[in-house]
Amino acid sequence: MGKLTIWIVFALVLLVLPQIFDSVLSLSIFTQMAIAIVFALSYNMLLGQGGMLSFGHAVYFGLGGFLAVHAMMMIEFETLSFSITLIPLVGGVFGLLAALFIGSFSTHKAGTVFAMISLGIGELVAASSLILVSFFGGEAGVSGDRTYGPPFFGIDFAQDDHVYYLAAAWMFLSVLCMSLFTQTPAGRMANAVRDNPERAEFIGYSARRVRFISFAMAGFFAGIAGGIFAVNYEILTEENLNAATSGRVLLMAYIGGLGFFIGPIVGAVVLTLINSLLSNYTDLWMLYLGILFLLTVMFLPRGLTGLLMMHRVAWQLGHMRLLLLPYTLTAIPGAVFVLGTIAMIEMSHAEETEFVYMGLALSPEGYGSWALLLGVTAVAFFFLRRTLPRLREAWSQANTLPRLQRHEDGHL
Amino acid sequence: MSLLQLQNVCKSFGPTQIIRDVSLNIEQGEKHAIIGPNGAGKSTLFHLISGRYKLSSGGILFKGAPIHNLEPFEITRRGLARSFQVTNIFPLLSVFENVRCALLWSMGYKYSFWHFLSRQTALNERAEALLEEIGLFDRRNLPAGELAYAEQRALELGIAIASGAEMILLDEPVAGMSHSEAKSAVALIRKVTEGRTLVMVEHDMNIVFDVADRITVLVYGEVIASDVPEKIRGNPRVQEAYLGETPHA
Repeated sequence: MGKLTIWIVFALVLLVLPQIFDSVLSLSIFTQMAIAIVFALSYNMLLGQGGMLSFGHAVYFGLGGFLAVHAMMMIEFETLSFSITLIPLVGGVFGLLAALFIGSFSTHKAGTVFAMISLGIGELVAASSLILVSFFGGEAGVSGDRTYGPPFFGIDFAQDDHVYYLAAAWMFLSVLCMSLFTQTPAGRMANAVRDNPERAEFIGYSARRVRFISFAMAGFFAGIAGGIFAVNYEILTEENLNAATSGRVLLMAYIGGLGFFIGPIVGAVVLTLINSLLSNYTDLWMLYLGILFLLTVMFLPRGLTGLLMMHRVAWQLGHMRLLLLPYTLTAIPGAVFVLGTIAMIEMSHAEETEFVYMGLALSPEGYGSWALLLGVTAVAFFFLRRTLPRLREAWSQANTLPRLQRHEDGHL
Repeated sequence: MSLLQLQNVCKSFGPTQIIRDVSLNIEQGEKHAIIGPNGAGKSTLFHLISGRYKLSSGGILFKGAPIHNLEPFEITRRGLARSFQVTNIFPLLSVFENVRCALLWSMGYKYSFWHFLSRQTALNERAEALLEEIGLFDRRNLPAGELAYAEQRALELGIAIASGAEMILLDEPVAGMSHSEAKSAVALIRKVTEGRTLVMVEHDMNIVFDVADRITVLVYGEVIASDVPEKIRGNPRVQEAYLGETPHA
């Protein structure tokens, strides 16, 4: 499949999605995903592509968003007159300006120095946003109305699906631009500086300047994400530029996989789903998100995308069927183990005397339910461990070149 | 006028003087070796010339202009490239990307984010030609960090020469190689530095006397001799200070 085909399919999926899932909830989730994807990809320009660990990327998202809301207000009060479709660009330009200023001193060094400066700036901006009421609106934040301004081909963006298409269009454009950036000299030197800043200087590049360019680009696209957010929610508060938001974008990029361009996209989609769907089922969704992050860091350093990409060799060799049975055999006790663990976590949190879990009535106060869950989980764990050697063997078999296999067969 | 002029170069780390009043001229087209016992300051001298360290006093002129206050990337842009004693490549980038990145500045791309690398035919052809030259064409898609040691050394050399610099500093280019690997590495160095000025630090005396037109002996940060190989061999001070201590010389 050529590169062009991938982009066309991507655009078609974005166009068709709201036709298939047309509920209000799914539209809202898709719009959130679009915002998260742009934000997470912009973050990966720093961490994955440029080797800069930032704890304050929400600053550019938030500042872009705040200015976008102010621009919307100016349209509303007719100080300015332009289409609401350009609001994300306003956010982007302000994100860029903020990044040009802050990057001019924060990109001298990567590593710990950069991370600490980003943390400091993040705290500083979040704290001042509560004090500088005229721009940030204090704790209430600032709000606008997206339905003013000249209509865009008769569309006034009063409906949710209009907002979705606006978000999707800006997301598509941003993803395309960020992908193209990785193919340019500045984009590739960002990787080189990430790998070895010292050597980059000895092939003629200032590591600082290379980092600065990536940093400015990341600020620009984070601002665009903030601008789309402003159009969608019509309100921005301190929460949108504080450390929690900065932390969330780090989780997205990391869980998705830093080493791949699509990694942060996967992370943004998964985290948006966890955020908006899992939170309907349990108050403890943040705990599960934290566990997912820990497991990713410990066992999947290349993220969820890395997990998929691991299968590339087996796929190319046509060996996926070798993995099917071992995967199923591991998945069954694995699923029971995970569900049992979750049941115990949820039960310890339950306040009622009766606790219904997957159609099973459990009693948090009786020893019986605890013993049952503990027993089931322990048995599942025992079987899970028993299946692992077989899985390992199948894995190495699926990744062995056929030529080598014939060779072995010949000797047997 | 000499291509590179070191004028009374001194370097101290705290109270310790590492380089003491070194003056040295290197002529255009020369193959110059710097030798000396461990801790003599050979690598430090390279770091001073290439801008990694700043001088304590003295001056360095390249093509007649002072370079001792410049950043490493500015010195590189003027046509003075170097390799490192400890392999210093871009481990996660492919071998091809390593070489292509090393070509970018000299081919005028600077910090461009409006050129697409895949469309730059001249750049890509030069990168491939260079890979052929250093014998890594078959390895071009492998992450550089996965190359064998001798291959990484060849890549190290390739990155250093990619920019087409007039003067190349090689810091122990064959250190840690087997005898046969070293032999082919020397042949490669000869080939790729043809027509350029070469300064190298090397421990293997066979290679030094084989490659160099002129040899400078550095002991405790001081130049005790700088001459053609035959005269260095016969110099009593050198024999006393250095050659006498190394059995393989």
